[in-house]
Amino acid sequence: MKKLLKGNEAIAEAAIQAGCRFFFGYPITPQNQIPEYMSKRMPQVGGCFLQAESEVAAINMVYGAAGSGARVMTSSSSPGISLKQEGISYIVGAELPCVIVNMVRGGPGLGGIQPAQSDYYQATRGGGHGDYRMCVLAPSSVQEAVDLTQDAFDIADRYRNPVMILGDGLIGQMMEPVDMDRASNRAPAADLPEKTWAAVGHVPTAERPRAIINSLYIDPTVLEKHCLKLEEKYKAIAAAECRWQAEMTQDAEIVVVAYGTTSRVVRSAMRKCREKGVRVGMIRPITLWPFPSAALRETLATARAYLCVEMSTGQMVDDVRLAINGERPVSFYGRTGGMVPTVNDVVDEILKLARQQSFGAQVDDAVRVVGERLDALGKKIDAKLNDPEVVQKAERLKKQAADAANAAADGLAKGATLLAQGLNKAAQAIKSEFDRDDNAKGGEE
Amino acid sequence: MAVVFQKTRMLTDKPFHYCPGCTHGIIHRLAAEAMEELGIGDTAIGVAPVGCAVFAYDYFNCDMMEAAHGRAPAVATGIKRAHPDRAVFTYQGDGDLASIGTAEIVHAATRGERITVLFVNNAIYGMTGGQMAPTTLPGQVTTTSPYGRDVNHCGYPVRVSEMLSTLNGPAYIERVSVHDVPHIRKAKAAIKKAFQLQMEGKGFTLVEILSSCPTNWGKTPKEALDWVVSDMMPNYPLGVYKDITAEGGAK
Repeated sequence: MKKLLKGNEAIAEAAIQAGCRFFFGYPITPQNQIPEYMSKRMPQVGGCFLQAESEVAAINMVYGAAGSGARVMTSSSSPGISLKQEGISYIVGAELPCVIVNMVRGGPGLGGIQPAQSDYYQATRGGGHGDYRMCVLAPSSVQEAVDLTQDAFDIADRYRNPVMILGDGLIGQMMEPVDMDRASNRAPAADLPEKTWAAVGHVPTAERPRAIINSLYIDPTVLEKHCLKLEEKYKAIAAAECRWQAEMTQDAEIVVVAYGTTSRVVRSAMRKCREKGVRVGMIRPITLWPFPSAALRETLATARAYLCVEMSTGQMVDDVRLAINGERPVSFYGRTGGMVPTVNDVVDEILKLARQQSFGAQVDDAVRVVGERLDALGKKIDAKLNDPEVVQKAERLKKQAADAANAAADGLAKGATLLAQGLNKAAQAIKSEFDRDDNAKGGEE
Repeated sequence: MAVVFQKTRMLTDKPFHYCPGCTHGIIHRLAAEAMEELGIGDTAIGVAPVGCAVFAYDYFNCDMMEAAHGRAPAVATGIKRAHPDRAVFTYQGDGDLASIGTAEIVHAATRGERITVLFVNNAIYGMTGGQMAPTTLPGQVTTTSPYGRDVNHCGYPVRVSEMLSTLNGPAYIERVSVHDVPHIRKAKAAIKKAFQLQMEGKGFTLVEILSSCPTNWGKTPKEALDWVVSDMMPNYPLGVYKDITAEGGAK
């Protein structure tokens, strides 16, 4: 049976049903229903809700609970997530699993409290200091928020790495029907290893030595090894955990890329454009990291252009461009600061692209026609050159030219011989003239 | 032959990296012995700070976590909430606890977290090379107060034990010193009592230990211990600041 639930509360209940028994958080709009719900529910299931003195403290409580083996979660919104970044970096460094929810609001600074997608860079590039990644899941409905929250705990445990649920404020605030029966009492994935690394306060044994949860590696050769090991882990996540949804991309000449709430606006816009005969499709990344580049590249078969729509001034569009790698034009449309793009806005953008594409197609056609004509002309010239009459005439001309050249060469050779003979005679005549003079002078002395 | 003394098994065999004359080694041993004697050491979970004791996880022979600078009380909170039956302790210096981690220590204290905080106060940032700490004495020369700490410019030292003892959450707060044997014995008794009350679920417990830093104070080990008595103690009086088990409750 489906229940009508608010996104934030659905996420909180999904976490509890996935075995999360520890929640540490701090109030901030628009995610307050998560800690509020947790404060009511955790005592009922024997868990612990604790309101921390700050976001900084909350994420460090998460570090402590995760390090001692618990399924643990925190949630916040953009400015609060910035405060958590130090702790998130430590959690990655110490290889601890946890789930972090960011119900994104407009920024920078205190920004606003309306939905935004302007934390994409922060979420997908690590966010804190150091060289790291974490899996980022972006739900576009309350049902999907429930499913992804539960998956997030498994992914976190599988790789010993934090997982972020990146919802725009709308995902947290809106109400939708959700199948909570399916989410009820969800067991951890079967492949998850026992947390033998956790600091649970145990008497050390040979098989399980004392636990040290740490991100300090003072020797750079050791730290580099640690970082490379983490890098291998990110590669494994990228290979196994990438998720996306392709809609109407089979014949799509224009492919729109959008996630979260924005993808729902795009879906409506896409339908309107299809009615007008525009072949438009959508790739909706569900994991923002790892980014579904391969899925996007598959659309190159039919796509002439790409459009990225976001509630920001353009962040995911960089990943789209990296994926498309200059092979097609990628354009961007966004609203920011808490504004949500309307369906008509996106329809206009798609139609604009469609017009550009049809102009582009006309140019392509003209180029093709000119090319064909040039080709025909070339063939005519070839045919002319191969005509036997032309070939004979050419042979004749060639022979005449050769004969003339030979005759000229003979004439030159004869002339040169005569010239040499003449010069020789002249030289001898001069010499005998000098000899006579010399003899006459000798007689006088 | 009867064994009259042996090193506590709650310390590993790794040699301490601390400077000659530093009292961190003594404090490590006191904490380790206290936990062993109470029979809680084998299943204890400790939290190391950022500061001179950053490698404490190499020395305490139990499950350990390394915390971000100042965040040990929050980390310990997460651990204790997940494992309420375990002895959970933090080991923090004055820069870590009384400066960057002020919010965390105050709120762990006021929540009455069932943890034991070993707060080592040497009036200076040791690991980073002797900068002014929140606990640096008025007039004290450090690398960032080269003309002496000017209270008109950068304020007064923070008295952690006094401050936290105003809260309802703490069960036990005492300031001790380890500059001579009688005081070392008293310090151990205080640490043991703090752990004992933690395990009884009485509330937050903290022992502030005055410590020396010959390297960054520019003194010999002997001079440094003398300075603890002559200069630190007047600013940081020893004594029990909170004890809910004592006659009449808090001091």
